[in-house]
Amino acid sequence: MTPLLSVQGVTKRYGAQIGCADVSFDLYPGEVMGIVGESGSGKSTLLNCMAGHLAPDAGQVVFDTRADGPKDTVTMSEPERRMLGRTDWAFVHQHARDGLRMGVSAGGNVGERLMAVGARHYGDIRGKATDWLERVEIDAARVDDRPTTFSGGMQQRLQIARNLVTGPRRVFMDEPTGGLDVSVQARLLDLLRGLVRDMGLSAIIVTHDLAVVRLLADRLMVMKSGHVVEAGLTDQVLDDPQHAYSQLLVSSVLQV
Amino acid sequence: MTDHAYNFAYLDEQTKRMIRRAILKALAIPGYQVPFASREMPMPYGWGTGGVQVSAAVLTPDDTFKVIDQGADDTTNAVSIRSFFERTAGVATTTATIEASVIQTRHRIPEAPLTEDQILVYQVPIPEPLRFLEPRESETRKMHSLEEYGLMHVKLYEDISRHGHIATSYAYPVKVEGRYVMDPSPIPKFDNPKLGDMAAIQLFGAGREQRIYALPPYTEVVSLDFEDHPFEAPKADQLCGLCGAEDSYLDEVITDDTGGRLFCCSDTDYCEGRRKAGHRGPAFPGNEAAA
Repeated sequence: MTPLLSVQGVTKRYGAQIGCADVSFDLYPGEVMGIVGESGSGKSTLLNCMAGHLAPDAGQVVFDTRADGPKDTVTMSEPERRMLGRTDWAFVHQHARDGLRMGVSAGGNVGERLMAVGARHYGDIRGKATDWLERVEIDAARVDDRPTTFSGGMQQRLQIARNLVTGPRRVFMDEPTGGLDVSVQARLLDLLRGLVRDMGLSAIIVTHDLAVVRLLADRLMVMKSGHVVEAGLTDQVLDDPQHAYSQLLVSSVLQV
Repeated sequence: MTDHAYNFAYLDEQTKRMIRRAILKALAIPGYQVPFASREMPMPYGWGTGGVQVSAAVLTPDDTFKVIDQGADDTTNAVSIRSFFERTAGVATTTATIEASVIQTRHRIPEAPLTEDQILVYQVPIPEPLRFLEPRESETRKMHSLEEYGLMHVKLYEDISRHGHIATSYAYPVKVEGRYVMDPSPIPKFDNPKLGDMAAIQLFGAGREQRIYALPPYTEVVSLDFEDHPFEAPKADQLCGLCGAEDSYLDEVITDDTGGRLFCCSDTDYCEGRRKAGHRGPAFPGNEAAA
C-alpha cells in the first residue's frame, strides 16, 4: 500500500536554532497521527513544513496525488501546491480567526473553497454550505451570520466545515482544541472523531494535550528540541513510555 | 493660450516615454495592472491624477480632447481638467463625443458608440478588484499570476446572501479575455456590456496606486456572475425628463423639498444632441402639459 504522505529527513533551521531535525515517517490512508511535545519542540514547524507554509532546509514531503501518484510537495511548482492546498489538503488553525474570513458570512466561508475550484451555482454552493454547517452542529439559520457573532467553539467548528467541504484526503490540525473550555472541547473532539471515521480522513494532529491524542490518534510521535524521541501506537506510547521525556510528559498530566 | 513655461501637456518627455511604455505593456497583456512611476500632479489624488498622466502621455497637438465626469461635461472636475490641457498642451477641446479623439472619463462610458480613432482614458481610484477581500498586495499579485479568482465570487455570494441579488452596482468585476479579473473603475454596471468588443482603445490610470491597465480594441470582457444569478445591467425604470431617451443611463435629480425629482440622462452631450434633434421629454420646459 502506498503511503498517502511520506516524510523523509525533513529539517528546518532558524539560523543556528533547530526548528525540527531529520524527521521521517509515513502516514497511510485513513490513519490519524498525533504529534505531541512541549512548547518550542518543533511540532508546528514540522506541520508548517509539511503543509507547504514553510520551505524545509532539507528532506522530502511526498504526497500521493490523485492525478500523478506520489510527488514531492517541496519541489513541486507553487500553483500545483496551492491547488492541492484548496482541494486535497486541509489545515485547521489553532485560532479560528487565522483560518476564517471574519468579514464574510458563515456560508461564504464554507463556500469559498468550492468557488475556488470553480463552483458557479449559488443555490448549490449555499445548499452545500448549509449542509456542512449542520454536520458540524451549527444551526443552519445562522448561515448568513458573520463568524464574529459566533462563540469560540462555533468558530472552530466553522473552520473545520470550511476545510472539509471539498472532501480533502489529508488534514492537518494545529491544536484544534486549544483555548476552548473542557465541555466545548469534548463536543469538538466527539465531532472530529465522527468526521475522521466517516470520511476516512488521514490526519495529523499537533497538540500538547495527551487526552486529545488518546481519543483521536492511532499513532503517536513525541518530539523534543526538534527531534522525534519516540514513536509508536498511541496506547503503547502512553501506557508504556520508553524515553525519559515521554515518561515525564505522561506523568505530568494532571489527574482530577 | 498655451503656457510656454511647461513642456507640451505638462509632463516632461522622459516621463511620457515611461508612461507610454507602461501603456504598451498594458495593451499587450489586457487586464494586467502595470506598475508605473506616478508623478506628483498639480491636483490632489482622487481628482484623476492617473487619468491625467495617461492623457498627457497619449495626447498629440492634433488631438481634440473631451473630459467627462459622471457623464457630464460641465462639472468642476471636467472643467478644470479640460482647461488644464488647454493651457499646458493647447489642444482643441470639445464636449461632443463624436468629435473627440481622446476622452478622459470618470465613472461613465459615453452613450454614443466610440470608433477606432478614439481613445477612452479612465480615472481609477482603486485598480485592485480583490483589495477589499484580500488586503495584502503580495497576496493579490500572487492570486492574479496564478489565476486564483474564487475570492471574487465570495464577494458576489455575500451580496446575494445579504440582499437576494447581486447588489454590487458599480466597479463590477469583469474577466478579460478569459484571464485577468479587472476592476473597470467605478462605472455603473449598466456600462459593463460596453467594455467588451469596443472599437476604441481603453486605458485605465490609477495615480495614487501607480498602476496602468488597458483594454485593446475588440477585447472580450465578461462580467462575473453565478449560473443561477446571471449578470444584469439595470437602469432606472424611467425615461429622460429632458430628451425622452429610454436607452440611456439616468441620474436622479432632486428638484425641490417636496419630493419633486427629475430623471435625466447622465451623459449631457447625448442628451443635448437628442434635444437639438427635436426630442422632448415629459419634464422639458413647455412640455409638462403633454406629459
